[in-house]
Amino acid sequence: MAHVEQLVGSYRAWASNGASRAPAWLHDLREVGIARFHDLGFPNMKQEAWRFTSVAPIAEGSFELAKPPARILRLEDIRPFLLFEAGYRLVFVDGFFQPLLSTPFFDDIQSLAHVVTHRQDLVRQHLGKYAATQDRPFSALNTAFVSDGAFIHVPAKATVAEPIQLLFLASGDKQVVTHPRNLVVVEREARASIVETYASLAASGYWTNAVTEIVVGDGARVDYHRVQRESDRAYHVAATQSHQGRDSTLNLHFVAFGAALARHDIGAVLSGPGGTLILNGLYLLAGAQHADHHTTIDHAADHCESHEYFNGVLDGKSRGVFTGRIIVRPGAQKTDSKQTNNNLLLSTDAHADSQPQLEIYADDVKCTHGSTVGPLDPRALFYLRSRGIGEHEARRLLTYGFAAEILGRMDVASLRLQLDAIVRGRLAEQ
Amino acid sequence: MTSIEAHVQQPYKYGFVTDIESEVVPAGLNEDVIRLISGKKGEPAWMLEWRLKAYRNWLKMSEPHWPNVKYGPIDYQAISYYAAPKQRPKLDSLEQVDPKLVQTFEKLGIPIEEQKRLTGVAVDAVFDSVSVATTFQAELAKYGVIFCPISQAIREHADLVQRYVGTVVPHNDNFFAALNSAVFTDGSFVYVPKGVRCPLELSTYFRINASSTGQFERTLIIADEGSYVSYLEGCSAPMRDENQLHAAVVELIALDNAQIKYSTIQNWYPGDEEGRGGIYNFVTKRGKCAGRNSKISWTQVETGSAITWKYPGCILQGDNSIGEFYSVAVTSHRQQADTGTKMIHLGKNTRSTIVSKGISAGRGQNTYRGLVKIMKGAEGARNYSQCDSMLIGDKCGAHTFPYIDVRNSTAIMEHEASTSKIGEDQIFYLRQRGLSSEDAVSMIVNGFCKEVFKELPMEFAVEATRLLGISLEGSVG
Repeated sequence: MAHVEQLVGSYRAWASNGASRAPAWLHDLREVGIARFHDLGFPNMKQEAWRFTSVAPIAEGSFELAKPPARILRLEDIRPFLLFEAGYRLVFVDGFFQPLLSTPFFDDIQSLAHVVTHRQDLVRQHLGKYAATQDRPFSALNTAFVSDGAFIHVPAKATVAEPIQLLFLASGDKQVVTHPRNLVVVEREARASIVETYASLAASGYWTNAVTEIVVGDGARVDYHRVQRESDRAYHVAATQSHQGRDSTLNLHFVAFGAALARHDIGAVLSGPGGTLILNGLYLLAGAQHADHHTTIDHAADHCESHEYFNGVLDGKSRGVFTGRIIVRPGAQKTDSKQTNNNLLLSTDAHADSQPQLEIYADDVKCTHGSTVGPLDPRALFYLRSRGIGEHEARRLLTYGFAAEILGRMDVASLRLQLDAIVRGRLAEQ
Repeated sequence: MTSIEAHVQQPYKYGFVTDIESEVVPAGLNEDVIRLISGKKGEPAWMLEWRLKAYRNWLKMSEPHWPNVKYGPIDYQAISYYAAPKQRPKLDSLEQVDPKLVQTFEKLGIPIEEQKRLTGVAVDAVFDSVSVATTFQAELAKYGVIFCPISQAIREHADLVQRYVGTVVPHNDNFFAALNSAVFTDGSFVYVPKGVRCPLELSTYFRINASSTGQFERTLIIADEGSYVSYLEGCSAPMRDENQLHAAVVELIALDNAQIKYSTIQNWYPGDEEGRGGIYNFVTKRGKCAGRNSKISWTQVETGSAITWKYPGCILQGDNSIGEFYSVAVTSHRQQADTGTKMIHLGKNTRSTIVSKGISAGRGQNTYRGLVKIMKGAEGARNYSQCDSMLIGDKCGAHTFPYIDVRNSTAIMEHEASTSKIGEDQIFYLRQRGLSSEDAVSMIVNGFCKEVFKELPMEFAVEATRLLGISLEGSVG
């Protein structure tokens, strides 16, 4: 509990000093956030949503609010994390916007800190309106510390040709916490593709607590990719919440390779009829890594479709937790929803927990979910070996194929290649 | 009024009350009540001690509220924990059983006079807190099979009871199991000796009659090495505006190469259309495949009760043991069911199969909640789960909450679930072939449940099909 008080104390100090110039509405939003975090405290394993994940290393650790990085980074430093150098890009180091490394676009692709004053009405209309904080202490804490992050606004009927890159780097300072807050608003019939990456320049035990809100207007299409390749000693807690309008399309892709302890709450609300959602995810863990994905797809309107695919590859002593809930609200007739979670256990000490859940209050629906946990298929292995492929190579091939199924659904070729190389690299280590 | 509506109005068939003089202990729960129950059953001191231990634990526990069901608070001091029809002190033969009781069970279709009974089924009839008659005890004894009320077993087979009671469901397992352990009154005890295949189907029929009481039975079935037994359980209760509590515990133990088949047709009073009255059915059922190559199979058809809260499970401890769970749960009107199973794989090459069919109609809420846990030592474990839900009407709900926890990389676990509406095209097809819409629905629903019904013993399968028809009639039209 001491740590909760410490965080509240650090909020007080920050709010009265660095953040005191915030507009009144933002100040109120932060105050609600910190009050809620103070009430909720850190979650414990007795709570249903946290029964497989202990946040003790975070709750008992001591994290200082990150300070602006001491060293100025150059393009060479961040190049390994970029897909390409053209296009729009927002780079943050230890949570601070780096204008010299970024290529913003007026007030539409900008740092949140900037637009909070320059596009106040738009930000105020959306910020904090989607990501729940009632029973989410980490999102509440992020809301208390809202200051910077990515802001993307695509006006009605506009199309952003190249994927927009968002890069969040940790410079390697130990025991710091950052609270990146991202807001993406894609208006009516607009199109955008976004790649959000979390990575680290050093192997240190920092804590990232990110929240991203995505608003997809009527008839709009958004391809959103999120790559988490934090340091193996880092703690990564995140919430991604989307809200879709009528006849919109949202493709959400999540890849988690990094962090000692990762928890990602993913929420998607289909609020207008005719919406389509794809939720596509991969977690590839080894060593003593622990990754917990909680997804909630909320069919609040009729005639919507959602497809969810989550694959987990677990090696070493790692543990993968997946909870996927599909809610079909009363009146959301003609809903078509499918969910699968497949887990591959590569070692005897790996451990998978899977909770696919259906909560259905409408009758004219088609909903299915499936979940599997198991080793590599011995028959497939036998087949490859009978073709002259060594056992080790055969295992790698099959494991790669299992992961590649998820990567294959991504439209951005450069990202697919980057992830593909990471997956191959990880499998080669085994 | 259409024939469909007429069927909806059809009252719960077993809702009558038997007017019989009963001895009811005043409402309330304290150590004296437990001593009184124990005394009335003539129990040895160890049993009383066990009950008191459970009671003291219960006092420290709180009622669970995680199930996906809603109900008002239960006043545990307003319930009477013992109700028994007054009768002569000693029963040697059926002639001495109160004819009113015999009539009651006859009306329920459970004849306890042996000459009228169904061939091949031995029945233990439990009325409120006591067992009134157990048929075929003598014939079963020829094979060494013990089939008697548990209170009799505690007196006459104390060694067996003492050795096994509470080994599968400990007295502090959960809130309702602790309550049951403290106040349980009757239930059945079965012991099948080594290598014996029980020649008859064993069956217990539970009847709640008295008002303001709860029924807390406890069943213990032990299948010794290489034996086989099939056990059936049925139940019903009168129609009342009050909610009555039924908190039972069932423990099954299968030793090496033994098999237990446990079937339930649960038809407690479900309450009226507005959700008034009905039984709260909060039970703990668990089997332990203690021996190698043992097998426990649960089959349940849940059509009654205002609220059902039960997860018959299997602990697969012995190598190569098998656990099965086949379930049909129907909720209509305002019924709520949160049911499923737990399969805990401990031994090597253990296998489990789960087939669950949920049907929601009216304003019913049906939840499947299950756990498949494969522990580290369970090399080569295998699980297959399938949960299908059918929705009839737009005011009901169907939910699926499986928990899957795998800690062994050689284990294979598959789970599939689906939810769908009863197919309009299927109904249309059957109607154009000349079937009425309710016959069409009944045919489709029975097809949906067929995988489970085929696991039931013959007599029960017929009963289940009929029950399903009654529960759902009028839901579609």
